[in-house]
Amino acid sequence: MRNMAKSELIVTRLIKIVGYSAILFVALIFLFLLLEGAPALVEIPLQDLLDTRWYPIEGRFGLLPLIGGTVLVTIGAAMIALPLGLSTAIYIAEVAPRTLREVLKPVVEVLAGLPSVMLGFLGIVVLAPFIRQTFDLPTGLSAFTGAILLGAMAIPTVVSVAEDALDAVPSTYREAARALGATDWQIIWRVTLPAARSGVLTAVMLGIGRVIGETMAVMMVTGNAPVIPNGLASLFRPARTMTATIAAEMGEVANGSVHYHALFLIGIVLFTFSLIVNLSVSGVVFRRRTRAERILS
Amino acid sequence: MKTFLAVTLLLGLLLASCSTPSSQRTTGTIVNKGSDTIVNLALAWAEAYKGVEPQVDIAVTGGGSGTGIAALINGTVDVANASRQIKPVEREEAVANGVEPVEFVIARDAIAIIVHHSNPIDELSIDQLSDIYSGKISNWSELGGDDRPIVKLSRETNSGTHVYFLEQVLRKGDKEDLTLFSPDTLLLPSSEGIMSEVRDNPNALGYDGLGYVTDDVKVVAVAADQSGFYVLPSIETVNNAKYPISRDLYMYTAGEPTGRILAYLEWILHADAQTIVSDLGFVPATP
Repeated sequence: MRNMAKSELIVTRLIKIVGYSAILFVALIFLFLLLEGAPALVEIPLQDLLDTRWYPIEGRFGLLPLIGGTVLVTIGAAMIALPLGLSTAIYIAEVAPRTLREVLKPVVEVLAGLPSVMLGFLGIVVLAPFIRQTFDLPTGLSAFTGAILLGAMAIPTVVSVAEDALDAVPSTYREAARALGATDWQIIWRVTLPAARSGVLTAVMLGIGRVIGETMAVMMVTGNAPVIPNGLASLFRPARTMTATIAAEMGEVANGSVHYHALFLIGIVLFTFSLIVNLSVSGVVFRRRTRAERILS
Repeated sequence: MKTFLAVTLLLGLLLASCSTPSSQRTTGTIVNKGSDTIVNLALAWAEAYKGVEPQVDIAVTGGGSGTGIAALINGTVDVANASRQIKPVEREEAVANGVEPVEFVIARDAIAIIVHHSNPIDELSIDQLSDIYSGKISNWSELGGDDRPIVKLSRETNSGTHVYFLEQVLRKGDKEDLTLFSPDTLLLPSSEGIMSEVRDNPNALGYDGLGYVTDDVKVVAVAADQSGFYVLPSIETVNNAKYPISRDLYMYTAGEPTGRILAYLEWILHADAQTIVSDLGFVPATP
């Protein structure tokens, strides 16, 4: 009896430490980013950071084209991944027969394991020429090509997480709705989706997170030209994302140089971006949860 | 200046070789990193050197000249490959880090200007190339070609080829000139990226080291000025200095090389290793 209490104490402590260490690591990483990136704010005047040109070997550190590139590619990819991913999840969880579900789910999850370099290679060899010919563009290496690839990469994440959430909705909800005479579509739209809302939003968040942070495939297919996006047409022009910039240039810089600090500053901007996405989504999730609890109680 | 450099280097080599114990020459690892232009050559050398000194392992990686030199400054490599000379800023950083970079010219390279096979353009002058890459000319029809937009391809800024092209073509060798690549120039992370885009995009214009160019793309003849005659890059035209965009390729060591590193560099400048240079489409440094 006493022994068990002791072992339980140890296990509880261990789990607690592991849990806190995750927070600690994020904090340490952020601290490191701040320490390495903050000097750039001192070394580079603010108006230079808001310059329209990124050309670090000549001391041009305008971040706007890079932020614009990331926003452009991310929005494009989200517009592809979210509708497709969510409808696939709804189909698998709500519409497809059980046997088909057993096949579809694992196949989609295998897709999630594809290395991004491989997708990038496919993008260069197959997708980029196809897009150039189909849309009659000067070059297929464009933000749009990147958005399609990233969308494809985010879809499995979105499907997998959203499907789990939909599947976790108790079947009594559906049965009750059906007893009230609701159609399939009404059940999906009015009952299951709202009930699984927090899980579905997590899926959205993870999908967008994957898109913002993806590097390799983007670097291979977007052309990496640091142009400030200017309307919808820019989606079909080359763009340079923040991640690709860090990946392409980090190897070149000498430790402690202005360029090195500028790359870490980009890292901070990137970190802030995904933090904003996460916070805004989890804000919605938590608000919903408390309201649902109130109704249930 | 060049001969002076060569003489001092040779003296350095001799002095260093006198003081080297022989056991150090024949075992161990040499870490070699840098220019993507040189990486195939460096790999071929490393492989061939296995037959000469089986006990010496040479680890070769690419990443770009800037990457190699940064690694030399940070003390993580023995030999840095660079397709451009070390910049004064980099030399200062190296010295501040306690590293004195020593330069060796190990081969020569020409930068080929490449277009799609269907492109009717056969020749371009340096002035035209400068106007295209800085954004003044944006359609092939302005050069007598088809009515197509020009898609400008370049290596990333950490590539020595990029820096060389900026200085010698965009700025035509004028140090005061501050012309930049037009922002819509595509910066591709690898030579292979440039080759594959030029191979299947009729709008594309790219540049790449002669050693990388295959028959899949069309090489354009280049003239130093509008009145001059147009020359295609080849071993002859680089060696007789007729082709205007050619350069020396370098290896840098941290301080005067000793032991196995010295032995390796001596072998590289030897005729056997220089045959490999011409086999790979580069131009030997010691004819």
